Order: sequence, then C-alpha cells, then structure tokens
Amino acid sequence: MTSVAATTVPPPAPPVAVGDRLRLWWNSLSRPAHWAFAVPFIAFLAILPLWRPAFINTTAIDFGVVMAQFGMYALLAIGLNVVVGQAGLLDLGYVGFYAIGAYTVALATSPTSPWNITGDDGWLSRQWAWLALLPLAAAITAISGLLLGSPTLRLRGDYLAIVTLGFGEIVRLLAENLRDLTNGGAGLPRIAYPVIGESATNRGGIFSAGNAVAQPWMPNAGTWWFWVCLFLIIVVLLVVGNLERSRVGRAWVSIREDEDAAEIMGVPTFKFKLWAFVIGASIGGMSGALYAGQVQFVTPTNFNIINSVLFLCAVVLGGQGNKLGVILGAFIIVYLPYRLQSVEIGDESLGDYKYLFFGLALMVLMIFRPQGLLPVRQKLLTYGRELYVAARRRSRASDSEAAK
Amino acid sequence: MTRDSESEHDPGGFEAGAEVGEEYRSSSEHAFEEPVGPIIADQYLPIDVTDVVPELADPEVVAEIVAPTREIDAKVGEPLVELDNVSVKFGGLTALDSVTFTINRGEILGLIGPNGAGKTTCFNAMTGVYRPTSGTVTFDHQVMANLKRNQITRLGIARTFQNVRLFSEMTALENVVVGTDARHKTSVPGAIFRTPRHRHEERDAIDRGMALLEFVGIGARATEKARNLPYGDQRRLEIARALATEPKLLCLDEPAAGFNPAEKAALQDLIRKIRSDGYTVLLIEHDMRLVMGVTDRIVVLEFGKKIADGLPAEIRDNPAVIAAYLGVPDDASA
Repeated sequence: MTSVAATTVPPPAPPVAVGDRLRLWWNSLSRPAHWAFAVPFIAFLAILPLWRPAFINTTAIDFGVVMAQFGMYALLAIGLNVVVGQAGLLDLGYVGFYAIGAYTVALATSPTSPWNITGDDGWLSRQWAWLALLPLAAAITAISGLLLGSPTLRLRGDYLAIVTLGFGEIVRLLAENLRDLTNGGAGLPRIAYPVIGESATNRGGIFSAGNAVAQPWMPNAGTWWFWVCLFLIIVVLLVVGNLERSRVGRAWVSIREDEDAAEIMGVPTFKFKLWAFVIGASIGGMSGALYAGQVQFVTPTNFNIINSVLFLCAVVLGGQGNKLGVILGAFIIVYLPYRLQSVEIGDESLGDYKYLFFGLALMVLMIFRPQGLLPVRQKLLTYGRELYVAARRRSRASDSEAAK
Repeated sequence: MTRDSESEHDPGGFEAGAEVGEEYRSSSEHAFEEPVGPIIADQYLPIDVTDVVPELADPEVVAEIVAPTREIDAKVGEPLVELDNVSVKFGGLTALDSVTFTINRGEILGLIGPNGAGKTTCFNAMTGVYRPTSGTVTFDHQVMANLKRNQITRLGIARTFQNVRLFSEMTALENVVVGTDARHKTSVPGAIFRTPRHRHEERDAIDRGMALLEFVGIGARATEKARNLPYGDQRRLEIARALATEPKLLCLDEPAAGFNPAEKAALQDLIRKIRSDGYTVLLIEHDMRLVMGVTDRIVVLEFGKKIADGLPAEIRDNPAVIAAYLGVPDDASA
C-alpha cells in the first residue's frame, strides 16, 4: 500500500496565481500585523481628499464631496452585501432603507416638517440633533427591515426580488405623496447637521455645506463628512466581520448555498434571514442619515429605483460576499463617473454615459470574472487562522521537498 | 417469517454480511488513499490535524470526542424510533401505506425496497420533510408532530442526502461546524460582542469538527472547499456534518450511490465504526451486498407497504422479497 504511494510521481504543480499567493500570505499574518498594514492604508485614504493629486482630483464636483458620497455608498454596499452577498437574498429595494434613514433625520429636523423636534420650540438642540438622530435612524430602518422581512422572507429567489423591488417603490411613492408630512416633490430643506468649529469665515461650522474651500490641505465639508463615513465604515466592518466569523455568518452562507440542507442541519433559517435583513437595513439607514446631514436637503427623486440597481452593481462588481471588494465596487460606481466628467471626447463628456459603461462593465465582468473584481474567500471560523497557517506550513514543506 | 419483527442484535446476520464485505476488499486496496494531484493554493493543502489539535493523534481520543454525549432516554436495545401505522399520501397517490416498524437504539437498521417503494418517503416522514397523512412517529418517547425541520435536527435526527448536498463554497471544516452549530446558542449580539460563551463554542466547534473529520478519514483536507473534494470524500463529509449535530439517530440515504466496490467496503467499515461509537444508524441502500453486510436488521418496503422485517439472513431467503426484486417466475405463478 505504501509502496504504491511512494512510487507515484505527482504531476508538476501548475503555477499558483498571484491572488492566491497574496491571500495565503495575508492569512498567515497575525491580527496585529493585519492592523499594521490596515492603519497606514486607512490613513492614506483619509488624507486623499486633502492631498488631491491631479490625476485623481475631480473638477466638476469637489473631490471632498465625491469622497463623502463614496463613503456613503461604501456603507450601503457593506449593508447590501450582508443581505445579497452573504445570505444570498436578492434585495432590489435596498434604496428604501436608505430613504427611510434619510427621511427619519429630515422629518425630525427640517423646519418644513410638522414633526420637527429641533429649534426654539423643540427639545433637541440643532447643534447636536444630527448626532442624536443617527442611532435613531439606524433603529427605525432596522424595524422597517423587520416589518418588510417577516412576511416576505418566506419567499425565495425571484419572488423575493420582486417583492423588495415593490418595497423600494412604495417608500419613494409615500415620500412623494404624503405631502403634509414630507412636502412631496419639493422636498425637505435645512436638515440639521453637527454644528462644530464655527468661525468668522465659516459661520455654519466645518460640516456646513458653506464650508467649501477648494485649496489642497484644507478640509472642506465634504472631507469632514468623508472622515465621519470612514469612522462608521470601520465600526461597521468590525461588527460585520465578527458576525461573519461566527455561527451567524455560517448560517448566512449555508442559507445561500443550500437553504433546505441548512434547515435540515439545524439552522433556524428564517430567524437568520430576518437578522440579515435587519442588519443590512440598519446599515443602509445609517448611510441615509449621513446623506441627509451632508446634503441638508432630501427629495423623493434622490431615492429612485435606479439607485438600488447602482448599489447592487457596486456589490456585484466588487465581488459578492467580500467586504473589501464591495467597498472597491462602491468607489468605482461613485468616483469614475465624476472623474470621467472632465474627460471629453468630441463635445460629449464621458461622465454622461455612466449607465452605458456600468452596463458594459457588468457584461464583460460576467463573462470573464463572474465572481467580481475581488472574489470572496470568507473566513467563517473565529479561531480558524491557525488552521490556515498549518495548511500553509504543509504546502511549503511539500514545495521545498519537490524542489530538492 | 416474513413479518418476524425480532429486534435483538444478531451476531449471525452480522457475520454473514462481513464475509460479503471481504469480497469488496480484495478488488482494490486504495480507495481512500489520498489522491496524488497538483497542489494549488486554496484547493489542495493537506494539513496535519495534530498541528491544530494535538490530542487528535490518538484514534481513541478522536472516537471519544465524536461519541454522542447527550442523554438518550431509550436504553440500548429498546425502541428509539417507533413508526405506528404511518401513511403518506400525495393527492391520490399513496406513497406509504400503514407502515409500522421500530428502530432500536444501538442497531444498524437497513431499509430496502425496489425503486419507488417508498424508502425515501418513509425517511422524509421521519425527518419531518413530509408530515404523515395518518399515523404517528415516536422518537425517544416523544411524539413528533408539528415540528420544524431544524427543531427535528435538534431533537436528535440527522441525515445525509441521496444527492450530495454540501455547502460547496465552505471548507470541509466549516461544513462540519455548521452541524455543530445546531447545538450552539450564540446569536447576533453574542457574536458582535464576542461573549465568553461565543468564544467557548467556537473553540469547541473546531476541536469537535477536526475530530469528526479525522473520524471519517478526511482530516487532512479540512481547509479545502467542499466542492473541490473528490466524490467519496464529499459523501464522508456529509456523514461528518450529520454526526456533528450530535444526533441520537443517524439516517444515511443511499450513501454508497456511485461508489466502486472498494469504496463500498470502506463505507461499510465506517458505518460499523459509527455504530460501535454509540450511534444508532438507519441505512437506506440499493446495494444488497452492502446492506446484507452491515445491517443488524432489515425492513423491506414494496409499493409503500412493509413486506418483510427481519435478520439479513432471513430477508435473503424470504420469498416475498425475492419476488419483489426479481419478479415471480412464470411456472410458479401458474
């Protein structure tokens, strides 16, 4: 028996792809080492809107504002990734949660809204209202996720997609038609934002839309909002990462892979699908609150169904299930159109064709790389690292043996 | 003899089958040898189980970790599952017609019958996939009614599937850990804040998962994705995943489908090993030699009815069973 194994010569190993080598190397690093790489990278991202290198800078719209929008889309993509990428529930109405988050803040702080609780006769100071309402917005969208999920998550696949598509439209139509409350298509203006760092030149503080300095190394409002987004993204990534490497993440992936088998293996599928919806929704709501605070004005047209498709595009483009991948996807979706706006061919600006390009990009991607730009390799065990290290040690040993 | 529901262990029947098993073994020795193949990152990285959990070097420790730890009310040899007049109807079609039999704790019961006899329906009625139209299924002194499928698993019935249904993008170990999760209590808050219970459960899950993989013989492939495993290993992984839920009863639905004789012999050994570790096994199988070789008792179904119930040797000589499988000769029917 052993003689057979010894005499069989293994065929030469095919070259290991760069991505795989990189991943193996990354997996073998310790957690502090991961942070040692992550912190400078995050710092680099944070400095980017101050530095504004010419080849990255956008001209039509301030680069800081573009980065702030990227931050919000990144949050949305992470939230949608929990639902679509991890639990495999196709949600086409995700913009609904974004809208609910934004309208929560808008209704509570816009002077036009009848539910305004800020200002002279309100009990919330305009200075801190936005910060106080951020967790509330997340909570209210989480509840709306629960309300949408509990009847609809009995459906599967295409049926779920259609119902969620309907949900997204319902939210937008409510915002448009409840005129007494939402001021209809005219929208809600003057939404509260954190009033910090007021000065003679900067009467509204650093987060005010009036803070629009365009010099390098001077943070304007967009940059400040981007930093807030960056902070929230890190917090959300830690939370979602902890969930992924636990019973919850494993339940989500098992539901995505084979829902019936998961249930028969003892996974309470409905409960964990509902959790995925609730967590995804609250992250979307947080992003909506950021949007309301940054733009300080919301109208129903900001929450068209096309936005849902764009969010989904970011997730699919980046790599379903991969948290960092979907952030890259969000960057592409937000940044490229603005960057290309200043590139003109003939009389046409390339930025005007963004949907054409995204459509083409998705088609090409589906043919050549259906798993997305950064394909997923989820780690679903809290203490799984030592396993991968052991695996790597073995492969190295066999490599060096083969070399002899 | 046909309806002889003798339910004791029968060493005779067991022995008779063991001989059949030897036949398989002679044909090829290397069914579960590790295939020698290219090493591709993430795809094939054999690992040494003892690198991760050193105690697993000792097979006895492995068997001990794998053995069922939960309290079972039924004593060894007493009925663990009782089917009482169970019928399942799909519209006008009666798939299962007043079937009555028991599975005793500690035995390997074979459920056989020609194609379409209702074996899988019977199985599904027991595991809660279908609700019986009439009759009751009693499991460990508890009547099974109105239970969700995941609750039935937690009650202690685990199964494998006729067509392999693994979570293909997960690694082998992660698949098994999903099984162990059936006994875990951590939910979203516990996972976010990494409570002591969560950490304890996670550590336990890796130990038990690695032990289970080692037990079924695929410990070296713990970090491989399930879809990259060879077919035989996928079947073994399914068994490990089912055992991970700490079942009182393990149901195997045609585990030898698509196996060559050598793999069947290895499977036979594995099933025996599982039984001697303290599990009760229900085996649905087409392959007569495997069933005869490994089971203690056999129940035969035909057209939704039970036609025989007895020791393997008795079943082999039972005229009704022979007729069901081979048909009745012309001269005999006259």
